[in-house]
Amino acid sequence: MEVGKAIITDRLTKTFGGFTAVDSISFSVDKGEIFGFLGANGAGKTTAMRMLCGLSKPTSGKGVVAGFDISRQSEKVKRNIGYMSQKFSLYEDLEVWENMRLFAGIYGMGDKEIIEKTDEVLNRLGFYEEKNTLVKDLPLGWKQKLAFSTAIFHEPKIVFLDEPTGGVDPVTRRQFWELIYQAADGGITVFVTTHYMDEAEYCNKVSIMVDGRIEALDTPLRLKQQFNTSTMNGVFQQLAQTASRNE
Amino acid sequence: MKQFLSFVRKEFKHIFRDKRTMLILLGMPIVQIILFGFAITTEVQNVRVAIVDPSKDISTQHIIDKINASKYFEVKRVINATNQIEKVFRHGEVDLAIVFEERFNENLNHTGKARIRLIADATDPNTAITEVNYATSIVAAVQQEMIGTNAVPIQIIPEVKMLYNPQMESAYSFVPGVMGLILMLICAMMTSISIVREKETGTMEVLLVSPMKPIYIILSKAMPYFVLSCVNLINILLLSVFVLGVPIAGSLVWLVVVSFMFIMVCLSLGLLISTIAKTQVAAMLMSGMVLMMPALLLSGMIYPVENMPAILEWISNIVPARWFISSVRKLMIQGLDVSYVLKEIAILTGMAIFLIVVSLKKFKVRLQ
Amino acid sequence: MVTVNNLTKRYDNVEALRGINFSANDGEIFGIIGPDGAGKTSLFRILTTLILADGGTATVNGLDVVKDYREIRNTVGYMPGKFSLYQDLTVDENLNFFATVFNTTVEDNYELVKDIYQQIEPFKKRKAEALSGGMKQKLALSCALIHKPTVLFLDEPTTGVDPVSRKEFWEMLKNLKQQGISILVSTPYMDEASLCDRIALIQSGEIMNINTPSQIIADFPDKLYAVKAANNYHLLNELKQKADVKSCYMSGEYLHVTFKTENEPTIDNIKMHVIQPTIEDCFIRLMK
Repeated sequence: MEVGKAIITDRLTKTFGGFTAVDSISFSVDKGEIFGFLGANGAGKTTAMRMLCGLSKPTSGKGVVAGFDISRQSEKVKRNIGYMSQKFSLYEDLEVWENMRLFAGIYGMGDKEIIEKTDEVLNRLGFYEEKNTLVKDLPLGWKQKLAFSTAIFHEPKIVFLDEPTGGVDPVTRRQFWELIYQAADGGITVFVTTHYMDEAEYCNKVSIMVDGRIEALDTPLRLKQQFNTSTMNGVFQQLAQTASRNE
Repeated sequence: MKQFLSFVRKEFKHIFRDKRTMLILLGMPIVQIILFGFAITTEVQNVRVAIVDPSKDISTQHIIDKINASKYFEVKRVINATNQIEKVFRHGEVDLAIVFEERFNENLNHTGKARIRLIADATDPNTAITEVNYATSIVAAVQQEMIGTNAVPIQIIPEVKMLYNPQMESAYSFVPGVMGLILMLICAMMTSISIVREKETGTMEVLLVSPMKPIYIILSKAMPYFVLSCVNLINILLLSVFVLGVPIAGSLVWLVVVSFMFIMVCLSLGLLISTIAKTQVAAMLMSGMVLMMPALLLSGMIYPVENMPAILEWISNIVPARWFISSVRKLMIQGLDVSYVLKEIAILTGMAIFLIVVSLKKFKVRLQ
Repeated sequence: MVTVNNLTKRYDNVEALRGINFSANDGEIFGIIGPDGAGKTSLFRILTTLILADGGTATVNGLDVVKDYREIRNTVGYMPGKFSLYQDLTVDENLNFFATVFNTTVEDNYELVKDIYQQIEPFKKRKAEALSGGMKQKLALSCALIHKPTVLFLDEPTTGVDPVSRKEFWEMLKNLKQQGISILVSTPYMDEASLCDRIALIQSGEIMNINTPSQIIADFPDKLYAVKAANNYHLLNELKQKADVKSCYMSGEYLHVTFKTENEPTIDNIKMHVIQPTIEDCFIRLMK
């Protein structure tokens, strides 16, 4: 594995029957980078992300995540990543600290370590008062922030975020991104999908998938220059119009 | 009307396109009937026999030997007093008890008549009947033998007593049970699930906002399951008549009327559940716990209502399946006249009316 | 088309609506802009007569949402938030079903849905579950329009949909408006606000502001500056410490900053320029 790379893929492909969901994608993500993974609905983002997380085996091609091969060492991959999505984040019927203890326990952290770290994380978020609150009683924005903190609780090398800020108010959305920046500053690589194009600007690098292929990959600034537009939305619209796939 | 028909057509499409569920709904009653049917054996072997022989004479010994020699029977116990018979049955040590009267040989020779009692465990009535029949035929054979050697005509009179199931309810009484269970499953469970599914997908909101009257929404949701129930009812009846050989002893018309009442009860129960449950899983659990369990345990399908503790028997009164199963047993298996099931019909009708009114009241024109 | 007076609604311990007031005019696209949990869905359900408010009154086309619910149900079109059609029915069957439910036929009102439906017509034999997100949305909109409603209620029609499909969707709404349909639409995406004629910014069950998007922007009281550095996050932390910075947050490739002082402020070594606020900037300011 190349030094300094958190994710490397080489012609990674996934087919379902005759349908090629992910079509030979090759890219790499630097350590500590915030990597935006964009694409229209049905472009193959979710399938690609599932392969990178070790949840689904590639049909062909190779991928290395956190130094481990995603087809042969998927268990080791899973140990070294964190994952959070808009759909599933925390158990609603467990208390805040119970959720943290559960996920930390799953990743094999010791009891003492968990207790200390829970207090530290909750204090930093300003949620200490809510330690014994059921997650379902928290406002959505809090849940998302808490879910993110839980996903990086075991200090993974890489954290995968699948549309983490959907439906969240603009202030909380920014607080969420500040947490992402903090994590990246601490050396965690962040791999994030989003439908908010202003969030794409927050990323160090952005890739855009169209019809299962990565059609663009660069810093937001250079992408905008390349496509001669002032916003990431412009870049996205131009690329997505070339799509021929209907699902 | 056009709205209604198009709605019903849509419901049928939902059902037909979910091939797995449809297979279960139509296949399950068939499989159940056939399985139950085969589980009933009419073959007897190694029947364990207890003998009560107060006379201990040459004739009784002869009969005992013959019984013991038969491949069907095996004398396990010899008991001194008749009051111990109950005990050996309770302990499950024997299946059949043969009781000779006192002075058996003497009576036979002097009066030409002697009595022999055959007591069988009739929890499984089919087996019991076969056992008794075999035993009687052995006794009859012995009698033939004796007539040959004796000058006076003699007669051994067998008296049969069935324990634990004196009415000799037929083993085929599971047929009404299966009918009750299937109708409950399809009408109550499937109706509630299909309504709750529309709540989950948000389509119910759109339907409520449409000019379609809520009553039509309900009716068209219930309609396909009503039809499906009828198909299953016909299947079960055909199978039990032609495959299991259980005749419909009583009036078919009244059987259909009773089933119809029960279907109405189940449909409105399903509707009632759908007004309470928010998710399909909740609807399934509710119909499982609230409807299926009592229908299985308290309806008399498996355990006879008469043998239940008083409190359970009392509770079983509010289980609709109990009344349905009881009336189908009377009409179909025992071949009784409709006048014997008037009580059941009255209760089912009352339940149907009550539940329909309540569930229509509960199904609101709004979301909450 | 819609008037709302002092509407309140609470669920157990959550106050979903805390006395909101607004009126939307005939023929306009009125946007309800706010995040999840702001009370948008409760408002839509009250207006479509699906739930009853705890307090206050509301009318749709002059009809009372409680008393005249039957008439309202005949005249409005509604696309609920989680609306997902019948997955096991085809495109064609879905549309025909909703047409019949609303006492009409696809042929009768084809003119209205033509532009939208033509885009999905090639797939009319396909089951709804096999459609892409954007196409599902078009089908859902066709279903909501099939009975020629005068008012269309769209609850978060674009949530979770990619930017391209969202853009197409808003173009369809513009066309519908030209055909005389009034539209009440909610969205959590602030950038969609400028596509509405008038908007209400809603947060925690309260309306913070109602106006045309341009007027809301014009009402932004402070001068808004955009700044940028190699590492925006570090700059952000730095600016937050400064005494004269009133607010500072990320926005795309820039940080948006307002100052407490009226004078031309300066930050060492950083170029900054004044920009026009967006609806999102206004929303953030109102939230504080």
